[in-house]
Amino acid sequence: MEQLSLPHVAWDAILPEVVLVVGGIVILVAGALLRRLHQSVFTVLTLAVVAGALVATQRLWHDVTAVTGPRQEVADAIVVDGFSLFLIVVICVSVGLAVLVADGYLRREQLRSPDFYVLMLLSASGAALMAAANDLIVIFLGIEILSIALYVLAGFHRRRDQSLEAAIKYFVLGSFSSAFLLYGIALTYGVTGSTNLTSVALFLRTNVVSSGTELAALAMLAVGLGFKVAAVPFHMWTPDVYQGSPTPVTGFMAAAAKAAGFAALLRVAYSTFGSSQIDWQPIIWALAVLSLVVGSVLAVVQTDVKRMLAYSSISHAGYVLVGLQAATDQGVAASLFYLLAYAFMVVGSFAVVTLVARRGDEGHSLDDYRGLSARRPGLALLFTVFLLAQAGVPLTTGFLAKFTVIAAAVASGSYALAVIAMLAAVIAAFFYLRVIVVMYMTPEGEGVPAGRPAIPFGAGAALGVAVAFTLVFGILPSSVLDFARHATLMRF
Amino acid sequence: MSAFLRQYLTVAIFGGAAVLMVGAMLGVGRLIRPTRPQPQKHMVYECGADPVGVGWSQSQIRYYVFALLFVMFDVEAVFLFPWAVRLEALGVFGLVEMAVFIAILALALLYAWRKGVLRWA
Repeated sequence: MEQLSLPHVAWDAILPEVVLVVGGIVILVAGALLRRLHQSVFTVLTLAVVAGALVATQRLWHDVTAVTGPRQEVADAIVVDGFSLFLIVVICVSVGLAVLVADGYLRREQLRSPDFYVLMLLSASGAALMAAANDLIVIFLGIEILSIALYVLAGFHRRRDQSLEAAIKYFVLGSFSSAFLLYGIALTYGVTGSTNLTSVALFLRTNVVSSGTELAALAMLAVGLGFKVAAVPFHMWTPDVYQGSPTPVTGFMAAAAKAAGFAALLRVAYSTFGSSQIDWQPIIWALAVLSLVVGSVLAVVQTDVKRMLAYSSISHAGYVLVGLQAATDQGVAASLFYLLAYAFMVVGSFAVVTLVARRGDEGHSLDDYRGLSARRPGLALLFTVFLLAQAGVPLTTGFLAKFTVIAAAVASGSYALAVIAMLAAVIAAFFYLRVIVVMYMTPEGEGVPAGRPAIPFGAGAALGVAVAFTLVFGILPSSVLDFARHATLMRF
Repeated sequence: MSAFLRQYLTVAIFGGAAVLMVGAMLGVGRLIRPTRPQPQKHMVYECGADPVGVGWSQSQIRYYVFALLFVMFDVEAVFLFPWAVRLEALGVFGLVEMAVFIAILALALLYAWRKGVLRWA
């Protein structure tokens, strides 16, 4: 009987993903067999798994930058380059911080369960797979692993109707957008005869494809991935899902799911469809402008802090798209730096929101933040730092992130887009500052149960790490900027 | 129209023919049949028996969990049969991969068992 040609599986190349999956399964089994284990054990285990994945990523980084250079593995379905490793770092960091915040949250809401940690790790493995995918089918697999775990996590607060509503909405709309993505993949295969990103790129570069099918494929892929990164006009789910999900999950969603979506979008647009840049640049331009303007303007009228942060995350997606629209290595590096800086800022912000909320995940309205500076000066100060960083105030990573993407847009000649991005930042500053004003300058309102929110150790640690990153690398950014600059995307 | 799209012309013609055929059959039926509305004709059809209760009734949630477990092993079988047919060609690599696959599914069953899903009480 003839032998089939089976791919050689280079385990070291997919070690970060394998560590996350195996870690998740180990926690699943440990949680099922040892019911007596304390909740914090799972948090520590999850952090250990994340640390293991980071060590594996660090070793691959050393390989890629110093030994072998970027390479493709497992029948060219996986690519190991600076770009994928950088985003895996972003994803691992988001999981680690979100899990630390979730430790106290799950205890307060009486939702203690190892399942939460399993789902977080599996979701992260899907996100990491998307970052490393070199095949449209692998991107699709990654997006499904990421999303299915996230659908469950969105509805994890079983006793809270909003949480279940968020899960259903996210599930229905997410499946809908997956169908678009799949159609885009099918059309790409129809045009180029392959789903492998390298082959697709080579085909498009060596053949003149003048059919509308290629444009349709690009449009479908843009819809499917635009949904994941919450770019306008595919953002409709974002406010409801971000508001309804358990707050630590919202932070993870905003940081890691967005990073994974952008991983696929940047790689497919910039590297694979690089030769049809003239076709997708206007699409990305329109998505960026709409996300910036709609996200900022609608955030202004929100009275719910979680909802406001959801709209602000839409406008942040717009900034990352500004970096992509430039279609230069500088632009991609700027987008990567933005995603890393944003991960820390947004998980930190949602950590504060988690702590200020009362049992039942209630109390997210602006009124609940009145006089927070008197009740919890430290918490108010941390939130101020995160909000100023998101607004793009100098001496924070948020400023540098905005600066680098706008600089990339200017360098590539997209002056109009750069101006719109700056104007959107001005609008956005209003609603960030409004929260700060409410915390510091208004007395506690009547009817709002005053009280000092407790700060559990885990959430405190996460807040410390996030604020340290935001400030230290906001003042001394060169090492992180170099990291992003060396995280080059493998091009064909 | 490119040669690539022309290949799909057959599909389009076939689909159009199907729509026409069904439309013609139902349309002719509507034209020649007698119309005698009766309340019984609007009842839900349950294999000829009179329907019991309303359609929006609650069902035991355990059926759902069992259905999920069934799907799990159903999918396992879907992958096992082709694998078994081509086992020799797939070699040791295929054997190990399938062992990993079955082990993960077995862990899922272990999880379900420890969660008390398998007990009907």
